[in-house]
Amino acid sequence: MGKKIMTVDDSSSVRQMVGLTLKGAGYDVVEAVDGQDALTKLKAAPVDMVVTDLNMPNMDGITLIKELRALPNFKFIPIVMLTTESQAGRKQEGKSAGATGWIVKPFKPPQLLEVIKKVLG
Amino acid sequence: MEIDTSAFTEEAYELLSELEASLLELEESPGDQDLIGRVFRAMHTIKGSGAMFGFDEVAEFTHEVETVFDMARNKTILVTKPLIDLTLAARDQIRAILDAAAGGEPADKENAQRIIQGLRALLPGAGGAPAAGAAPTSKKPPAQASEDEPHVYRIRIKPSPDIFANGTNPLLLLSELRDLGEECQVIAQYDKLPPLENLDPETCYTSWEVFLTTQKSENAIRDVFIFVDDQCELNIRLLDREEVLGTDVQKIGNILVQRGDIPEEVLEQALKPIGDRLVEAGAVSPSQVKAALAEQNAIKSKRDKKVQAESAASVRVPSEKLDGLVDLVGELVTVQARLNQTASNRQDHDLQLIAEEVERLTGELRDNTMSIRMLAIGTTFNKFKRLVRDLSTELGKKIELTTEGAETELDKTVIDQLNDPLVHIIRNSIDHGIETPDIRIKNGKNPEGLIHLSAIHSGASVLIRVEDDGKGLDPEFLTRKAIEKGQIPPDSQLTDKEAFQLIFGAGFSTAEKITNVSGRGVGMDVVRKSIDALRGSIDVTSVLGKGTVITLKLPLTLAIIEGLLVQVADELFVLPLAAVEECVELSRRDISNAHGRHVINVRDEIVPYIRIRDRFEIGGTPPDIEQIVISDVEGKRTGFVVDSVIGQHQTVIKSLGSNFEHSEEFSGATILGDGTVALILDLSKMVRYVEAEEDLSEPAAA
Repeated sequence: MGKKIMTVDDSSSVRQMVGLTLKGAGYDVVEAVDGQDALTKLKAAPVDMVVTDLNMPNMDGITLIKELRALPNFKFIPIVMLTTESQAGRKQEGKSAGATGWIVKPFKPPQLLEVIKKVLG
Repeated sequence: MEIDTSAFTEEAYELLSELEASLLELEESPGDQDLIGRVFRAMHTIKGSGAMFGFDEVAEFTHEVETVFDMARNKTILVTKPLIDLTLAARDQIRAILDAAAGGEPADKENAQRIIQGLRALLPGAGGAPAAGAAPTSKKPPAQASEDEPHVYRIRIKPSPDIFANGTNPLLLLSELRDLGEECQVIAQYDKLPPLENLDPETCYTSWEVFLTTQKSENAIRDVFIFVDDQCELNIRLLDREEVLGTDVQKIGNILVQRGDIPEEVLEQALKPIGDRLVEAGAVSPSQVKAALAEQNAIKSKRDKKVQAESAASVRVPSEKLDGLVDLVGELVTVQARLNQTASNRQDHDLQLIAEEVERLTGELRDNTMSIRMLAIGTTFNKFKRLVRDLSTELGKKIELTTEGAETELDKTVIDQLNDPLVHIIRNSIDHGIETPDIRIKNGKNPEGLIHLSAIHSGASVLIRVEDDGKGLDPEFLTRKAIEKGQIPPDSQLTDKEAFQLIFGAGFSTAEKITNVSGRGVGMDVVRKSIDALRGSIDVTSVLGKGTVITLKLPLTLAIIEGLLVQVADELFVLPLAAVEECVELSRRDISNAHGRHVINVRDEIVPYIRIRDRFEIGGTPPDIEQIVISDVEGKRTGFVVDSVIGQHQTVIKSLGSNFEHSEEFSGATILGDGTVALILDLSKMVRYVEAEEDLSEPAAA
């Protein structure tokens, strides 16, 4: 069975693009529309990795990462953030919150898979 | 989605100037693999980040150039003048493309094609014809271009103990490294691992040393650690560098010291017995052993220093931020002067102590802030290498440019505004100064002309000198020309120094014919204006047939001026101290001796003077004995008459604002400790003003 990855994004097109890319590479994919949704779903069924957007309604990505890192099940799983801001500040904020890495939007499927491979193996 | 490309363009411009400097150096030592590597890396970085930031045209073009230069790196082709010429042209083309992207004129695509075809013609087997399919036009992945023979790297990875908290699995990084190369040996360092009962499973105790043989660059290795660069001590060292392979394989003791595994002292201790034994065996003397150890130490510390210097940290800050800081410090200095004055007026001992402390700190803060804005003039000097090279080729002259004092520091604003005047001066030297090789040989000179560019500190000024060993200036010829053009009266008798100053007249040109380079009579007057604007001065000395020296004297900074504070009635003025030569008294008798002329005899030299009281129509009666501040204005001694000289005063210059922008006699204002405003006089403009008025009122004056 393939590893399970959750994609969190309020944009359905990004979720679709990430989802198709990951499924094509043999991963199982679950989707969430914002941080709150992701947290609820993850508490019910853990995954091997999370790819999350940063700016989302209800709960943003940084808060999600912080919440997840506080849960024993998610303390050490890879969490990658999608960010449009290539600025170091935003990345740093995410890193301090506990993110494993980042992907700067816009990105192409191969770049996404490269990062997934890097942090998930 | 918008990507911020300014970071890329900024970096690219910097890389381009580095590229240019390296190419010019390479021209002098074509075999230098280090330089070839530098050129290659600069292009490689431009290409890589260009592609990433959407500058496809830059990436594609640079790729072509890089491909050819890669051959030079692999020694498939030699570094020749045509190669350097074309690469320089390519560098300019890349710049043009970048400029175009920034809203400049579109880059000439045909020129790009010409450069590429020229480069391809240099490839082996090209035979001058555009090599069909020799270099595919489609983009290759960057990694492929950097392929050459594999290198051995030592990579030390020391993750921070909390690295797991970010979900990072260091083993994945290791396997990624392993995928980079054909040979990879990983040695785990687990000496920090505590006993099991103390072990915290959430902490990373292990570090690794990886010996990787790969064709990839160091950057590719660093890329593996992109997500953890702040959580990981990373040390990458190329083990099979030329200089290492060239010598014998190092002794294990040396390697241990270099790796930092044992301190030098321990090695010394361990080595000593060998030396001692050799001494005992009579093979060497104790001093020989000592010398050998010293030699080893010397080389090692030199190399360590070099490595340290290369990795020296620096911070890049936009210059507006620095300007803001300088402004604020200027305000602070002004307020501090008021604090001092208030404190001393109050005669409050405690307040005075505080004021003194604040004064000391403000002074240090001011000096520090100024030093931040200081840049070495070297980068400006380097630009001229290209100028000299291109112009001399164009004019069929052979000229060598030597520089000295590239490390001399000047305020960034001064450096920025110095470029154009220096370009003019150097152009003039090349065009008018240095003779063609055949004339030089005929005159018994080295056929290769010499231009020497130097910068040195001299007090609060920097002297920048442009020397050439050309034909020099002919004072008689200059005088004749000026008379012909009606710029000076026909019967003028000028000293050599005065004659040399003629070249700064507007529209003055001695060139027999106008060339592309110079001779249109614009130039030296513009140079003088720019240097005036920088509150600097120009001095010309020349020996006919031997050469010319042009010296620019510039203030270290534009934000602060060392001034002489003077008083006329209730008005205060500041004269730039750099121009002041001496102060002498002007008595009623001196005035009557001069029979109404504004001149004074100072030690048998007649010095004209300007009465500031009259000039600015300040009322009141002057004191019986006035003071003349004698200043050097454009090589002429000129006096300025004031009531009294108060003293030296270091002031922060405030610009006068747009309301007063036409008040040419003042270069700015400053605020004194008690809040009074003092105007800063622009001496050379004042002199010119007065001269112009006198010319109008008495046209016959000689």
